[in-house]
Amino acid sequence: MMAKIEFGIRVQGVILVAFIQSNKGSPLPGLSLSLGYSVTYLSLIVLIPLSACFIKAGSLSPTEFWTIVWSERTRAAYSLTFTTAFLAALINAAIGFLVAWVLVRYEFPFKRFVDAMIDLPLALPTAVAGLVYSSLYVESGWLGQFLVPLGINAAYTKFAIVWVLVFTGFPFVVRTVQPVLEEIEPEVEEAASILGASRLQVFTRILLPTVFPAILSGFAQAFARGLGEYGSVIFVSSNIPYKTELAPVLIVTRLEEMAFPEATAIATVLLAASFGILAFINTIEIWSKRFGK
Amino acid sequence: MGNKTIITASLKKKRPEDSEWVRYLLTTMALGVVFLIIGIPVFHVFFRAFEKGPMVYLDNLFGNPNTRHSIFLTLSIAPRVVFLSVVFGVSAAWAIARFRFPGRTILLTLMDLPLAVSPVVAGLVFVLIFGMQGWMGEWLSANNMQILFGTPSLVLATCFVTLPYVVRELIPVLETYGEEEELAAVSLGANGWQMFWRITMPNIRLALVYGIILCNARAMGEFGAVYVVSGRISGLNDTMPLRVEKLFQEYDMPAAFALASVLTFLALVTLGVKTYLEKSMAHQKADAGEST
Repeated sequence: MMAKIEFGIRVQGVILVAFIQSNKGSPLPGLSLSLGYSVTYLSLIVLIPLSACFIKAGSLSPTEFWTIVWSERTRAAYSLTFTTAFLAALINAAIGFLVAWVLVRYEFPFKRFVDAMIDLPLALPTAVAGLVYSSLYVESGWLGQFLVPLGINAAYTKFAIVWVLVFTGFPFVVRTVQPVLEEIEPEVEEAASILGASRLQVFTRILLPTVFPAILSGFAQAFARGLGEYGSVIFVSSNIPYKTELAPVLIVTRLEEMAFPEATAIATVLLAASFGILAFINTIEIWSKRFGK
Repeated sequence: MGNKTIITASLKKKRPEDSEWVRYLLTTMALGVVFLIIGIPVFHVFFRAFEKGPMVYLDNLFGNPNTRHSIFLTLSIAPRVVFLSVVFGVSAAWAIARFRFPGRTILLTLMDLPLAVSPVVAGLVFVLIFGMQGWMGEWLSANNMQILFGTPSLVLATCFVTLPYVVRELIPVLETYGEEEELAAVSLGANGWQMFWRITMPNIRLALVYGIILCNARAMGEFGAVYVVSGRISGLNDTMPLRVEKLFQEYDMPAAFALASVLTFLALVTLGVKTYLEKSMAHQKADAGEST
């Protein structure tokens, strides 16, 4: 196994030398040092460890892999992970657009303070989010005492998972939509209304299509975040197999049972999904840059 | 120049206004959402932490040796992670913003990977390498070295998840400033380090602090990745977020909320510093734009 790593490092060295020799442009110093260090660090911290996951999964035979990732329990976990993350991202797309719209277009007291607070989910540890949300929505909690009698149970249910994922993914759509809304020239809207478009038509025909790539990108980021979330969901979910057990939770369970192949196979599927979403986000960005201007 | 300013000023009219009731309705809805999702939870943390008075609060925080140790552990891990991320961030940003080489776009994409990968998977990959059944497990135990279930693995896993934070802030700033000043310094005979410390560093200073703030917040708050590599040994490998979870499992809610309030306070400080830096960076950018 050490030989594999050594081989990897040697290949990396050869590629590096090729990179540096091909760059004859800039007279600025430090290319070989900075590139060499950053590629080495990236390989050691991220690339080699991630490849360990794929190599481990690759050591399983296809049938073994298939029986693990397509068992009833993993299927239930994947479908719960994808539906909750998707619903949360969808809710975030709607409320994120609303909040971005209000922050860009209207004036109100404490606007700067509210704007700063939007990023709280990125700064607050997810464990704290999980703790607070579970405490707020249980039957005796501040909000649960009103909601539970109404039949809305946001603790230890699927809805609880969706709701805490709404919290963790909240800033993404707001922050992708905000700058795009700010950049829309007032003239465009003015021209449309002079030409006889109603306010609603301006919104659906001009504003919405312009910000749509941004909403989509924020949606994908929130979705990716939701797929992998662990810290907050274990607090608010009862983590019952087949019912409220998410894929990341199942990975940890398998690890604690020392079932490494199972954990790795489930993780590989999750990784593949993450890569897919990352590629999707990049495509949107390239696409909106090409057609946006 | 002056003429152009007047024209753009006259063109910068207010956008077509929505009717008043639409404005009020939407603003109320948006503020309601922010209050429900963010406001109430923050208030709740501090309320539950101080419910029984400040003395109980302090005892919850510092009376328990395991909780004390978790605070110490988080405070000792975060600076190491931030240091490593800064060194990587500066060197990667320099290579990417100042040079063109094949594979540059691939490198940029690969650096974003940790943002898309589940923290649990980030922890798992280190278990696969350093665990007893892993690549290096036997070699490590033969040499009496422990990485997994110890501080080194906590640092490594946290480095994984925080890798993009500094570099992502630095690249756009380096690109804004351009390389003219650096080229001038080099052609006047400055060596690489002189150029870096006297020209580059002052330009990227604010963005670097910004990246450090974000990186530090993530490093202190990381849960999934450290949960997997910590091995859950009580009092030894529990960082603050892990300790919060353990107290929650033990139904010691006042203590869990006391520790959570410290983390929430840190998050609020992070947001404050971040907002201040954003303002300063906007000024700095405007100045740079005027001078060119």
